[in-house]
Amino acid sequence: MAKELPKSLDQVETKTVECDLLIVGGGNAGCFAAYEAKQVNPDLNVVIMEKANIKRSGACAAGMDALNTYIPTWDGKTPEDLVRWSREQVGGGPIREDLALSNAQELNQCVEELEEWGLPIIYDEDEEHPHYRGSWDISIHGEQLKPIMAEKAMDSAEVYNRIVATALIMDGERCAGAMGFGVRDGKFYVFKAKATIVSTGGACGIYKSYTSDGTASHHQTWMCPFNVGTGYAMGLRKGAEFTSMEQRWVAARTKDYCGPVDTVSVGYKAKMMNAKGEYFLNERYAHLGGDKAPRYIRANAPMEEWREGRGPTYVDSTHLDEEQCKNMLTDYLNERPSFVLYLAANGIDPTEQPVEVYGSDPYIVGGHTGSGYWVDMERMTTVPGLFAAGETAGGNPNKFVGGCAAEGKLATRGAIKFIEANGDVNIDESQVEAEKARVFKPLFRGKDFDGLTPEEIKERLQRLMDEYAGGTSQFYRCNEEQLDYALKHIKLLQEQSGEYITASDLHELMHAHEVFDRIDVAEIVCHHLKGRKETRWSGWQTRSDYPERDDENFNCFVETRKNPETGEIEVFTRPYERIVD
Amino acid sequence: MPPKVDWEKCDGCKGKDEPLCEQICPGNLMTLNENNKAFCRPYRHCWDCMSCTKVCPVGAIETRIPFQIGYHGAKLIPMMGTDTITWTCQDIHGNVTRFRYKNRTDED
Repeated sequence: MAKELPKSLDQVETKTVECDLLIVGGGNAGCFAAYEAKQVNPDLNVVIMEKANIKRSGACAAGMDALNTYIPTWDGKTPEDLVRWSREQVGGGPIREDLALSNAQELNQCVEELEEWGLPIIYDEDEEHPHYRGSWDISIHGEQLKPIMAEKAMDSAEVYNRIVATALIMDGERCAGAMGFGVRDGKFYVFKAKATIVSTGGACGIYKSYTSDGTASHHQTWMCPFNVGTGYAMGLRKGAEFTSMEQRWVAARTKDYCGPVDTVSVGYKAKMMNAKGEYFLNERYAHLGGDKAPRYIRANAPMEEWREGRGPTYVDSTHLDEEQCKNMLTDYLNERPSFVLYLAANGIDPTEQPVEVYGSDPYIVGGHTGSGYWVDMERMTTVPGLFAAGETAGGNPNKFVGGCAAEGKLATRGAIKFIEANGDVNIDESQVEAEKARVFKPLFRGKDFDGLTPEEIKERLQRLMDEYAGGTSQFYRCNEEQLDYALKHIKLLQEQSGEYITASDLHELMHAHEVFDRIDVAEIVCHHLKGRKETRWSGWQTRSDYPERDDENFNCFVETRKNPETGEIEVFTRPYERIVD
Repeated sequence: MPPKVDWEKCDGCKGKDEPLCEQICPGNLMTLNENNKAFCRPYRHCWDCMSCTKVCPVGAIETRIPFQIGYHGAKLIPMMGTDTITWTCQDIHGNVTRFRYKNRTDED
């Protein structure tokens, strides 16, 4: 709807909302955080600040075909077993086993709640237990997953849709809420809260997608392209500590389309195959587990085939019969329906022709790998009053839907304890005025201003990260000199974006802030990649100048903290503590 | 690739403050033009999640794969029921497949 844009800052209305608990981002973790708040204390005033519409926002917008973590307790499996598996997925560590175990103890209940709320879970013929497609992942018809979660969240909290979060509010060292603007109404929003949970999802679009050049699609990405790392960026600007940002999520995805591959490879036992017809995981990676090798190995292996001249690479689906194929396509319709359209548009019948795969662009997603805020057992970050859950909380990979839901609940419990112990907040209003001016500045540059669009800056950042910080074009490899080059140019991007970025409407103003956030996240990703001077997870993290794993020095977490006053980024390590035998 | 909107069918969800596609798009991409017809504003920013296609009450929106990635003439049309979804898919050779399944176990 076309609305009259404000012409100057004094025409921008400020709306202040006070609450007990603020949840920034109403996705998987955020919805469960809100639901839990209502269960623990129905009198609590809970607000969700959501960039899109909570009914179809973020990574789950299109749906889901599986829940990747549900513990088959009837088979004698325990939360400790899940932690052991998760540790294997990252090559034996480091992993925050304390966090992983507490998530694992909570997640079955979340899955069972989703089923009670109306999510169809697929059962085996005996009807007793859900159908497992792998060791821990159950099949669902999850086209409605997001609306189902959103309905519970709307019953539990007041939801403000279409609010772009831009900054945290501080009461001294304590987080006291968040600010942002309405992308539809053009108002400036101030949410004052006694505790804040940031559950904004991860960061897509830090790196270039290989299909973004020369196609009519800039967003042919596996991760939701509207998740841009805002949750990380808001906290790092206030000096929060981050962990494992170098452990980027890269995955083998369907080529050109960047759709999920486990759906067919795990779900329907389709083996990865190279141009020569070799099932290369079993032939070349048998010592690392073959088809069951950890995810980073399965992600990197097809790209190694390409690099060594044995591409294209496929998942061989030709063993499927017609009914199995239809079931497989139904799974895709539940998660990424347009992949079925992609196959139709290329005349591909997977029973006759294998499905091509290629490496994705790298994502920063703490629900999949370990990237995110360093949090304590209450899921509080190093900024008091600021909690993180789902993709934003780090150190604990392989959460997926169940684990992110569990962590939303755990963060809420922590936040409620914090509220009880610390009470009200007091806010210095000068930070509100300063942020309001910063937020709207790109809109008021004037018609004659010789500036830059958010799109231009985003493309420059994505190309920089792709070529110098281990993107797809470089087969995920980088070295010290490339990273220094990237950091030098990130500084220039920060300066020039602040000085020259313009927005012609509120939608573009949202893009402007998304670009600021992506640049700031990219900066710490480079520092993390520089900090880990070894190669621990080829593909996820490959240092061409340090090609070997170095357990003596790096079986630990790499951490960063940005000094909010000087902008300097401190890089340090934390030890890995093995808790589960 | 932006969703292709059939402007013969699109009525801008007249009577609503915002059309349903504008309400639902996770990228804030759908809006109305001066003739109250829906369109996707930044040409390249669609994620192909099909939320707009599913929610359109008059079936005016079709998700397309960009030609650089897929050939012309394929279609995937969802029909939403109260607790089921039906998809009709047509490939570039004209083969049609239908998929129908429950997407909700309650009927609220």
